[in-house]
Amino acid sequence: MAERRAVVGSRIGLHARPAARFVKAAAKQPVKVTIAKAGAEPVDAASILDVVTLDVHGGEEVILTAEGDGAEQALDELVEVVEADHDAT
Amino acid sequence: MTEARRLYRLGGVGASPGIAVGPVALLAGRVPEPPTDGAAGPPAAEAGAALDALEAVAADLDARGEAAGGDAQDVLEAEAMMARDPSLATRIEELAGTGVPAARAVWEAFAAYRERLAAAGGYLAARAADLDDVRDRAVARLLGVPMPGVPDPGHPFVLVAADLAPADTVTLRRDRVLGFVTEQGGPTSHTAILARAMGVPAVVGCAGATGLADGTVVVVDGASGEVLVDPDRSEVLAAEARASARADARRSAATDRRPGATADGHRVDLLANLGGPEEAAAAAAAGAEGVGLLRTEFLYLDRASPPSVEEQRAAYAAVLDAFPDGKVVVRTLDAGADKPLAFLGLPDEPNPALGVRGLRALQRAPEVLAGQLEAIGQAAAASRAEVWVMAPMVAVPAEAAWFREQASRQPVAKAGVMIEVPAAALAARAILEVAEFASIGTNDLAQYAFAADRQAGGLAAFQDPWQPALLELVARVGEAGLASGRPVGICGEAAGDPVLALVLVGLGATSLSMAPTSLGDVRLLLARHSLAECETLAQLALAAPDAAAARSAVRSGARGLDELGL
Repeated sequence: MAERRAVVGSRIGLHARPAARFVKAAAKQPVKVTIAKAGAEPVDAASILDVVTLDVHGGEEVILTAEGDGAEQALDELVEVVEADHDAT
Repeated sequence: MTEARRLYRLGGVGASPGIAVGPVALLAGRVPEPPTDGAAGPPAAEAGAALDALEAVAADLDARGEAAGGDAQDVLEAEAMMARDPSLATRIEELAGTGVPAARAVWEAFAAYRERLAAAGGYLAARAADLDDVRDRAVARLLGVPMPGVPDPGHPFVLVAADLAPADTVTLRRDRVLGFVTEQGGPTSHTAILARAMGVPAVVGCAGATGLADGTVVVVDGASGEVLVDPDRSEVLAAEARASARADARRSAATDRRPGATADGHRVDLLANLGGPEEAAAAAAAGAEGVGLLRTEFLYLDRASPPSVEEQRAAYAAVLDAFPDGKVVVRTLDAGADKPLAFLGLPDEPNPALGVRGLRALQRAPEVLAGQLEAIGQAAAASRAEVWVMAPMVAVPAEAAWFREQASRQPVAKAGVMIEVPAAALAARAILEVAEFASIGTNDLAQYAFAADRQAGGLAAFQDPWQPALLELVARVGEAGLASGRPVGICGEAAGDPVLALVLVGLGATSLSMAPTSLGDVRLLLARHSLAECETLAQLALAAPDAAAARSAVRSGARGLDELGL
């Protein structure tokens, strides 16, 4: 199982546009990806409802996990999306 | 052709003048919560139906987002993603597996997320409304009930509803609405005020309106209150001819910059009601000669301490700049327990409308009034505009005298009072001995005279400004104004009804202040009647037994209503 930690780059957190971009990117991956806050249950990264209700703020750390072929590459891609500052675009 | 036509008319109260011809779009009521014990088919079929409905909702949201573009597209795309959410789909399949029917499964699957959002508060709690919208759309499809919310048929329409609340109309595309027809509501309902602000016709209190089918063509006469259903070609042409004649008359009125006056030259200042400086330029462009009511609450709401004198001065100066040769009447802060301001330290009250509000609140916080008057004085000293100040919610002459004393330290032209309390109307002579002018707030005066809360939907008829008893109170103030030689203005929805404006002038009003879109009609109609005719119309209204009779008697006595489409 592959795992990555990433710090949310957008000030608004994983809400609104940053959340939508992250969920869209996760849904495109060939493997199922989960996202969690430290010490909490992981949820489906392709679910906008799960991701938004996770209530991740800007500057907070999240843990991404995936399993199977292409897991490493999928996580690399998603870490980039999490860390990007979408406020600036 | 011998095909039978279903021609009929509905009757209501004209609430905003003008003629509209177009297809009906119905505002649906709330989507009902699906019952827990509804009959369910096989689990796979129920789950399939639920997911199909959600996909259809998502596709519709995507399409509307693409058409809208911009920020609206982001919001609608995010809603579409909620409809296609994989975790939501899993939960719906689980519920269907336990025998829950499709619509109920959608409702319950959303409920878990809704609770978490609402519990988080702030930004997330506001997203619960987006979630509800997606849920309601899917449930409406599954139950076969109309889609919730403001309709968007893709072409201009006449919006028909049981009644409209501000929340219903925030997403309204104003360029699409030809007119309004509501089954409930009176002439001061949200619908009526919105329609007048938009300058489109409205008929309210129109029984049977929600029975109209979507797409039915109607002719809406916002003056007479008549709604013609499914008109034939000649009727449509006649309505369009009236609408275009009215548009011509309005165009000439819009360029008519002569000051407001009766046919025989009796001057009546035609002024605008403003809620803040950003509305001033549009009011001046619409032909306002000045401002009859500048509300100042915008400076004070949502603050822990009063705004600085300098901040206030700049805001007042922005309004004065729009009317360099006009008059601007500034109303001092009108706060009460329903608009609580922390720095006033007002106690909670069981009945804020009858509590410490308006001038009563300022008498308990004289430093707040002093700061406001100083800012108004500074702005006045630096401007050519003639600045008057007035106090809200005055009941007795002593209050008027106290306010005038406070204002006397500032370089303002006149200090006067609002007449909103029946006692003040009855004591108008004594009040006008101390106050330098009076301005009648007809909405609050009706609320207090008829013991009928302005916000209570079922009591809308008591807000009708045509009520003879309300006009008696206005007459009392008008007489006191004539006797003292001091100005008596009207600021309230009443002044923006062009036919009622004739009555108010006949009762002694020397100025009328209204929503800027009403100025053209009022100016036109006033110019066609002499002061003596206005006085005769006023007597007709006072002699009528009720509002409907007063309206109808004055309408049949006034001239040019048909020609102007009023």
